[in-house]
Amino acid sequence: MSSIQTNGKTAATATKPSKAGAAATWVDDRVGIAGAAKKNIRKVFPDHWSFMLGEIALWSFVILLLSGVFLTLWFKPSMAEVIYDGSYEQYRGLHMSEAYASTLEISFDVRGGLLMRQIHHWAAQLFIAAMFVHLLRVFFTGAFRKPRELNWVIGSLLLLLGILEGFTGYSLPDDLLSGTGLRIADGIMKSSPVIGTYLSFFLFGGEFPGDVIIPRLYAIHILLLPGLLLALIGAHMMLLVYHKHTQWPGPGRTEQNVVGYPMMPVYAAKAGGFFFIVFGVTALMGALLSINPVWKYGPYNPAEVTAGSQPDWYMGFNEGLMRIMPAWEYEIGGFTLPLSVFLPAALLPVVLLSVVMFYPFIEQWITGDKREHHLLQRPREAPNRTAFMVALMTFYGLLWAAGGNDILAVVFRLDLNQITYFMRVAVVVGPVLAFIIARRWAISLQRHDQEKLLHGYETGVIMRSPDGEYTERHLPISEAEAFTITARDREEVPALTSGEDVNGVPAPTARKDRLRARLQHFWYADNVQKPTRAELEAARHHAQHELEVHAGEEHAADGHQFDGRHDIHGEELRKH
Amino acid sequence: MTHNPDQPALPGNEDAVNDPHAPVPAEPIDNPGLPAHHWRPTDVDPAAEKRAERQVATLFGIASLMSILFVVAYFAFEVGEDPDTFLGLGASTLFLGLTLGTALLLIGIGAIQWARKLMSDVEMVEHRHPAASSDEDRASAVAALRQGADDSGIARRPLIRNSLLGALALLGLPAIVGLRDLGPAPGNALAHTVWRKGMRIVNDVSGTPIRPEEVEIGQLVNAEPSVFFDADENGEPIMDGHEVLVEKTKAAVILVRMQPRDITPLEERANWGVDGILCYSKICTHVGCPISLWEQQSHHLLCPCHQSTFDLADNGKVIFGPAGHALPQLPMGVDDEGYLIALSDFEEPVGPSYWERGE
Amino acid sequence: MRFLSARLSAKRRSPLAGVVVLLMGLLFTGGVSATLSSAVATDDLASDQALVDQGRQLFLVGCASCHGRNAEGVVTQDGDSQYGPSLVGVGAAAVDFQVATGRMPMANPSAQAPRKPAVYNEEETRALSAYVASLGPGPSIPTSEQYDPASIPDDEREESLVRGGEFFRTNCTACHNFDGSGGALPGGKYAPTLNGVDAKHIYEAMLTGPQQMPVFSDDVLKPEEKRDVIAYVKSLEENPGYGGFSMGALGPVSEGLFGWLIGIGGLVGFAVWIAAHTAKSEKRKKA
Repeated sequence: MSSIQTNGKTAATATKPSKAGAAATWVDDRVGIAGAAKKNIRKVFPDHWSFMLGEIALWSFVILLLSGVFLTLWFKPSMAEVIYDGSYEQYRGLHMSEAYASTLEISFDVRGGLLMRQIHHWAAQLFIAAMFVHLLRVFFTGAFRKPRELNWVIGSLLLLLGILEGFTGYSLPDDLLSGTGLRIADGIMKSSPVIGTYLSFFLFGGEFPGDVIIPRLYAIHILLLPGLLLALIGAHMMLLVYHKHTQWPGPGRTEQNVVGYPMMPVYAAKAGGFFFIVFGVTALMGALLSINPVWKYGPYNPAEVTAGSQPDWYMGFNEGLMRIMPAWEYEIGGFTLPLSVFLPAALLPVVLLSVVMFYPFIEQWITGDKREHHLLQRPREAPNRTAFMVALMTFYGLLWAAGGNDILAVVFRLDLNQITYFMRVAVVVGPVLAFIIARRWAISLQRHDQEKLLHGYETGVIMRSPDGEYTERHLPISEAEAFTITARDREEVPALTSGEDVNGVPAPTARKDRLRARLQHFWYADNVQKPTRAELEAARHHAQHELEVHAGEEHAADGHQFDGRHDIHGEELRKH
Repeated sequence: MTHNPDQPALPGNEDAVNDPHAPVPAEPIDNPGLPAHHWRPTDVDPAAEKRAERQVATLFGIASLMSILFVVAYFAFEVGEDPDTFLGLGASTLFLGLTLGTALLLIGIGAIQWARKLMSDVEMVEHRHPAASSDEDRASAVAALRQGADDSGIARRPLIRNSLLGALALLGLPAIVGLRDLGPAPGNALAHTVWRKGMRIVNDVSGTPIRPEEVEIGQLVNAEPSVFFDADENGEPIMDGHEVLVEKTKAAVILVRMQPRDITPLEERANWGVDGILCYSKICTHVGCPISLWEQQSHHLLCPCHQSTFDLADNGKVIFGPAGHALPQLPMGVDDEGYLIALSDFEEPVGPSYWERGE
Repeated sequence: MRFLSARLSAKRRSPLAGVVVLLMGLLFTGGVSATLSSAVATDDLASDQALVDQGRQLFLVGCASCHGRNAEGVVTQDGDSQYGPSLVGVGAAAVDFQVATGRMPMANPSAQAPRKPAVYNEEETRALSAYVASLGPGPSIPTSEQYDPASIPDDEREESLVRGGEFFRTNCTACHNFDGSGGALPGGKYAPTLNGVDAKHIYEAMLTGPQQMPVFSDDVLKPEEKRDVIAYVKSLEENPGYGGFSMGALGPVSEGLFGWLIGIGGLVGFAVWIAAHTAKSEKRKKA
């Protein structure tokens, strides 16, 4: 094998000028790109399946751009009333907006139009879903820590813009379902204190539904939001390249390096191939699964509604809270404050997004950790962080389910009202329970790691000693595994401070300091710290001794042949 | 990078070697360095390599075939009025999607298989650098910035600075005011509907007027004001399509008939119904969905959007769900010809609550 | 017939289309004669004393325990609610709907009587209907001309479909959903699916308002308008799945579920495969 391969260490060996070489020279003569290219062509990316979740979002976005351009060729963003005369028999002669009529045209008269509509819609769902799972991966592994906080913030903004982009797109066909969605959005806007009606009248150009909302949303959907998304995705990727990707700890993988495969050719093939796979899966879904069958909903009519009126999944959480809110509406000095609308629909998303967006800074403030981190943590290594997100996921998930309470009721033959009552309690109790359970679970896993490190792993081999005692044989784990487990920071649990100096005079920031110290204590106090070298050696010495004691006995099997972790080729399994 | 011949030359262990500040004793286990590389069958067995090569090429080949089949499907299957079907599904969409999807998927799988089986899988190591610039770079940048600021004289000429800041701040005004014509001010538009005294209540869609005796106990009629269906003397509709939509958003109503003994009207509403027929706004007071899930036995009206439930036998009171106030009721009577009519407009704004609603 | 055959041959492309068209023609002509006779029969249902007597016998055995010996209804012990409501004046249509769709007799008391296989055969159902119709005037069983979309003249069919769709979306979708898949009501009740329900039973349900469903009387929603609604509902059933499988036609909830399970699930599966290590050889490469 060649010795060490590091980036850019292999000399260029182009001897005769090739056509590609000539083209490259032509370009470089004009833009001088070789300097940047040499650093990046063989840039190293670590390989792990969870690092590709963000890629699903990226490629979905590309698919959205491609399929979206196709749709714009036929879609007419107009609310002018037309009489339908297309192929869909059930609506011929019906009055409808041009937007809806052109959506029907794309669906029924343009070959591949319905496929593209469905690809576009599925890709939109996947785009946001992939951003969510990518966010969770980054969160649970601590990849948002310094120096990547800004990229986390950009990612949160991308999520917000993605959801807005999804909602505006959902509204464009002007069918009954999307019109109902807009009607609800109108009700939400009107619930805002003081400015509510103005917001609504300005957005809709007068009273709902007006005749301008579709063209306005169209401009936002195909120009403003995609532009912002593109710019932020660009920044997101540039920061990724600049910071270099995080990696899991392991033998040879440290805070100072990144180990993996080069951009060219392995990552180009893998990432490029993944684009085709994402596109392929989306196309197959578009071929087989009917999404948003607008022809069944009918044109929007403010006096019509359908059972199962739901937004797309990413709006499900605030839909859920809107459904389970008690009827809080107050009169204040002659003015009406519909809190049962404003809180869940306007305030909740802002609060949730802010909590997520500013989380890295909150955690940093609590832990006081200002160092750079490039090695990922396993969820168990930060029990409070993990538990916090699990609690948030529980909250979100319950609201999500509540947003589909009528579907749950009808599919599982449940009582609609009882689901609602249950959810009202569960969204408060569930996250608390989830936090406690996840936190304890993570700490238990830490203990399990410690156990493996100090006493070895359980072989599953039960030994009976001469005096009749049964014990399970433990064997030491491999050096690589042991190193991986110990490749984490040793945390120091700070003492609780009173915030006072020796004379009992409180510091000006005493309250803040006390709060922070208490949080910090809670953050670290129950964690299991990795052993010191001396502790580890003592434990290993002890284990070695045990094995030696038993080595002389008749049943010398230490169990390693039976635990499936070792290559036993050529080994004699039993002596007798 | 220089290698110390005394130190292990394992890739990935360089920092342990080169970093003099590494707190080695605190770490319980030394970094063993990257494990030795293992070759894949395709690296060492030419037959396996050939097989993998053929496999990838086959995938690409089938992908090409699929693209051609896409074109065939495009021209072979009808869309439009008489679409071709296959197993009850639209054939064009189905086959276009299947061929396109398979082509894309196979290209993707082929490329990745190529990378996995045939491209070098020797791991490479790249060094990280702190995200921050070096101290010198930082100092020069700050110096340059300061130089630039000094050259501009922005600190020495507060008059220019402040007038510029003022000018820029005031640019916000055109930006905001320029959007004023996005829509009219709300005024009291939301407080009124097209309902007037004497306007007939007609069946939605057909526009036929309704006599009380036509409505049975337990009946639901989704109704509208007759003005949406009326024509002027020239036979032209009084309201055009777009206007109708706006007004319908507020004026849609439902008629229900209950046993008069079941109804407990407020005192002032005692004469708002006709023989147990009552007329309520169809627009939910929560966020404005049209509601018509009428349970004729329990007299409950459920909104399908967020499940607010109103008791129509009890003045439209909210009995479940997030709606903040009762469903507005339309005072109703009978005209000379025996048809149901409104006695006035709604006495309160219909639809979702808003800040000025109580005014 | 011309229109019908065009539809059939185009959408189904079945070699049997011709046969089907022929059958439809026969059904149609047969339907007209049956309509004429059944129209008379319905009116005569209550006056056929033998049928009424047979119905009464069946009623005493199968229905009287809840509805009372004379169908006057049975009130629960606390007197608040009815164990079984009075059937005086509900009409033959209500009985035909409830019994022929298996809702009555109820197997066990619950929030709502579900649709299930019918207990009584056609003749017995007619007898029960006749008996209840004899108790007081009520809606009679509709004739096939009233409910059968096939009785719509070809040149009016398109217009009927469009109008039926409008009525459907205005009056029905709020409970039964845009595709007739059904929906939830408070307290464990539900609006059942319309898929696979007989045209006659849809008509009877609109006419009589079974259980929580409101009444849509013939005076307000005219018989031909009801027929248009049925034609639209049936056209939804007949439509091909233009965009693929409908996933229950429940709207965005099931779409989201499939997006996560199949889309994200599948793509994460691919990601795992892409990042997985390939098989290793024990051999070493010859340098």
